[in-house]
Amino acid sequence: MNEKNFNEIVEKHKPDENKLLNLVKAFVIGGLIGAFGNFLVEFYSKVLNVSSNDASVFMIITLIFLACLFTALGFFDNFVHFGRMGVIIPITGFAHSMQSAALDYKKEGLVCGIGSNIFKLAGSVILYGIVSAYIVGIIRFLIGG
Amino acid sequence: MTCKYNNVYVKDVATVVGVLESNGKLSSYFDKKYYDYYFGMESIEQGEVKLFNDAMDILLKKTNKKDTDIDLLIGGDLTNQIAVSCYGAKKYKIPFLGVYTACATTMEQIIIGSTFIDSKKINNCICTTTSSNLVSEKQFRNPIEYGAPKPKTATFTSTGGASIMLSNEKSDIKVVASTVGKIVDLNFKDANNVGAAMAPACCDTLYNHLTNLNEKVDDYDLILSGDLGIFGKEVMKDYLKEQYNITLGKNYDDCGTMLYDFSKQKEITAGGSGPVCSALVNYAYIFKQMKEKKLKKVLLITTGALFNPTFLFQKQSILGIAHAVSFEVVK
Repeated sequence: MNEKNFNEIVEKHKPDENKLLNLVKAFVIGGLIGAFGNFLVEFYSKVLNVSSNDASVFMIITLIFLACLFTALGFFDNFVHFGRMGVIIPITGFAHSMQSAALDYKKEGLVCGIGSNIFKLAGSVILYGIVSAYIVGIIRFLIGG
Repeated sequence: MTCKYNNVYVKDVATVVGVLESNGKLSSYFDKKYYDYYFGMESIEQGEVKLFNDAMDILLKKTNKKDTDIDLLIGGDLTNQIAVSCYGAKKYKIPFLGVYTACATTMEQIIIGSTFIDSKKINNCICTTTSSNLVSEKQFRNPIEYGAPKPKTATFTSTGGASIMLSNEKSDIKVVASTVGKIVDLNFKDANNVGAAMAPACCDTLYNHLTNLNEKVDDYDLILSGDLGIFGKEVMKDYLKEQYNITLGKNYDDCGTMLYDFSKQKEITAGGSGPVCSALVNYAYIFKQMKEKKLKKVLLITTGALFNPTFLFQKQSILGIAHAVSFEVVK
């Protein structure tokens, strides 16, 4: 059996993924989510008369809530199929990953099910987010003083 | 290893399917269709157990037999520790064997059952298999509602349950011969292209089956591989031509490409997979064609990709296996 010949045959029949189209979709959809977020910040700061910092927190809560709600209602995965990384990379993707894991494991109970599995996908993001923030913080301290 | 059988016949079959399969191309051939992802049960896992029980109950009813009339039950599915088959089988008073070879499960079951019957150790047996898309997604891949984009080569685990009763009583369809496949490893690691990963094993088993029985591809009305999907099917044809110098003609097809309607069901990327995919096509559609004498001699090769997430994350390759069984119309 020849691995090289086999891999050539596999590559020959592998369909091309339309990367450019995916890129454009992600750019536009991600941009729209960003614009919607910005709209929310403006909206909250005007209507509720809060500082733009507080308005940003309200905006994040709103986006997380919507992503979780739409995931639970069962159609957010279709958004992601369409918008791809444009939906995954913003906070909506993070909320979606936690909500979908929680939904999967609710039958296994609160502790052994939801509790131990909710960070199935999001755990890496949190861990390496904290580690990289720590490293960047040290570098900043050493260089910037 | 190729064995010939003298007195093993297909008594009857039963098939139960889920939502997407009910809307697929072969919809009219199935015994029971569900339009509910939970099959009326509490959880998706309990739902798959229900599929197992439905496939058994329908078969027992069709053949007018009680569970105590059956000598052996062979179950197999995709869940960890083949839990679905075990929980499904507890309802019946039948000696039970559980098997696992991923999507090659059905032919492995038929080979084991046929060998028992042919050696006159038992008179009849039931082989039941199930798979459920949602259960597999949760176990092997990402959470069900997580919308991670899938590459075009990814296959879609079919949902359903399928049972077959083998017996030494004569019927239309005879189990003629079988070949137990070897594990084939070409150091292939793309878990999103298992169709290609299984193709070399399928070629190896097909070649051994034909060589050991002194047969040619044209001796069969139909040669059907398990669930290689659209792209795996082409890899299989090319690899067979290059490695074994065998050309597959119009009498070759793949179960994974037959179950769904690709023009309407866009979520089915490269085709169906899972042990029940080939079982549904073979039992419901192919055997019906054989009973109607449209097909006389058929070779079914089910293919399995043997791996688990732990081994894959430890950079191990995906192993392929394929088992072949040939069937013939006798009356």
